Amino acid sequence: MRGRVAIAGAGEADEHGRLPQKSAFQLHVEAARNALVDAGLTVRDVDAVFSAGLWMGSETAEYMGIRPRYVDGTQIGGCSFIAHVQHAMAAIAAGIVEVALITHGESGASRIGMPGTRFGADSFRLQFEQPFGLAGPPTGYALAAARHMHEYGTTSEQLAELAVSTRKWAQLNPRAIMRDPLTVEQVLASRVISWPLHLLDCCLVTDAGGAVVVTSAARARDLPKRPVYVLGTGEATTHVLVSQMPDYAFWDAAKMASERAFAMAGVAHGDIDVAEFYDAFTIVPVMGLEATGFCKPGEGGAFVSGGRTAPGGPFPMNTNGGGLSYTHSGMYGMFTLVEAVRQLRGECGPRQVAGAKTAICHGLGGMFSASATLICGTEIPD
Amino acid sequence: MPDYTGPLPVPTPETRPFWEAAKRHQLMLPRCRACDRLHYYPRGACPHCLSGDLEWTAVSGRGTLHTFTIVHRGQKGFPVATPYVLAVVELREGPRMMTTLVGVAPDPATVRIGMPVEVTWADVTPEVTLPHFRPAAGGAA
Repeated sequence: MRGRVAIAGAGEADEHGRLPQKSAFQLHVEAARNALVDAGLTVRDVDAVFSAGLWMGSETAEYMGIRPRYVDGTQIGGCSFIAHVQHAMAAIAAGIVEVALITHGESGASRIGMPGTRFGADSFRLQFEQPFGLAGPPTGYALAAARHMHEYGTTSEQLAELAVSTRKWAQLNPRAIMRDPLTVEQVLASRVISWPLHLLDCCLVTDAGGAVVVTSAARARDLPKRPVYVLGTGEATTHVLVSQMPDYAFWDAAKMASERAFAMAGVAHGDIDVAEFYDAFTIVPVMGLEATGFCKPGEGGAFVSGGRTAPGGPFPMNTNGGGLSYTHSGMYGMFTLVEAVRQLRGECGPRQVAGAKTAICHGLGGMFSASATLICGTEIPD
Repeated sequence: MPDYTGPLPVPTPETRPFWEAAKRHQLMLPRCRACDRLHYYPRGACPHCLSGDLEWTAVSGRGTLHTFTIVHRGQKGFPVATPYVLAVVELREGPRMMTTLVGVAPDPATVRIGMPVEVTWADVTPEVTLPHFRPAAGGAA
């Protein structure tokens, strides 16, 4: 399947941040329009629509006036859009469709035109977690962070180093929300949200949208911009509720998804030039780097220390400024795709990773519940 | 406590016996007769082998603290004042449960992963009792 399809276009909503004047669907449409323009295609070329959530594939299509022959609303959390690339690849390779539009729009901060709550009063989450004090994402992720610290000696300072390196990328990105200089001391001095996580261990909450266009490699080669080939994909899910997480110190789904992606891509870890790792909380990329094999279990804290992932460091990661400092609508995975495409095309200006040919997008869903990995590149390995 | 403002479990058919036992201050989990394993939260089929041949079994209510967080920014209306300890307990019999850890200062210096804990029942409304946990009396798990 390696190199059969390519990402031909990528775009974001016209603006992001706090946008109470725009609904979630408007953010979808702006991103879709920009991605189609980027691809050199029109909405009439689209024959498959992918978006994450109940009814979202078909509602998005309706809003945009598309009558797709293939619709996919797979919702496995923030990595859904990376999984959609795999699903689109399968549909295109099977000859069912030719041009797949994957869109994301979320009014994460303003909550305008957002779908309703996902968990009913008699759901297992509301029966077996909420009554005991689970209070939103930081509390769930803190359970993993505490266990990781217990088993491996990971420190708050190491987690803070990741936030600092990511902020340095954001300072090179004029579109990033958080661009002030940041120190480890400032992260540690920020208020505790859910110990051991501080405010500055947590991502932003914004209104944002993004979209990508996936098509066959042959069609992509006829379009104006350089194709970003899909080399390897993988997805996995192990649980939904954080209380069902098999191992609080290890992200099983990420290991499964990334092994599948690397096997398909036929590239080695050392071939990766730029990495976009979902960073809803500082602990997430630390455990992601371990599970995807860039370091061993327990070594993630040391791996992100010393500015290794910062601009100029040996492992350029989250080059847009990440969910921590660029933007985080709620389902950040789309922005890993958009940034990887831009890096591989050399469109990133001051934050451009020189000569980037191969990238990894690694996504998170739920409470370390799901994972999806994409390895993409400007060349198809033999 | 008629003024309880926290979220309350709304049972479903497969979980109702758990909540009814809790009301009697009994910790009961489903055990699979086919593979002899316990599970939690209660399902209508065993998550280890998919058998539907389940029976409700009383467990010890004792275990160890597997992981925890000290919640400083809690959910709206949650009646336990912040900071409080949200915990995952590993029961002596194997399954893990999310719970509130009470009877201990919400301080990472005093709450220790691996500490022995035991169930304590919180009758939050006339209809609903929640299984909380506390440090075990005598210390042994």
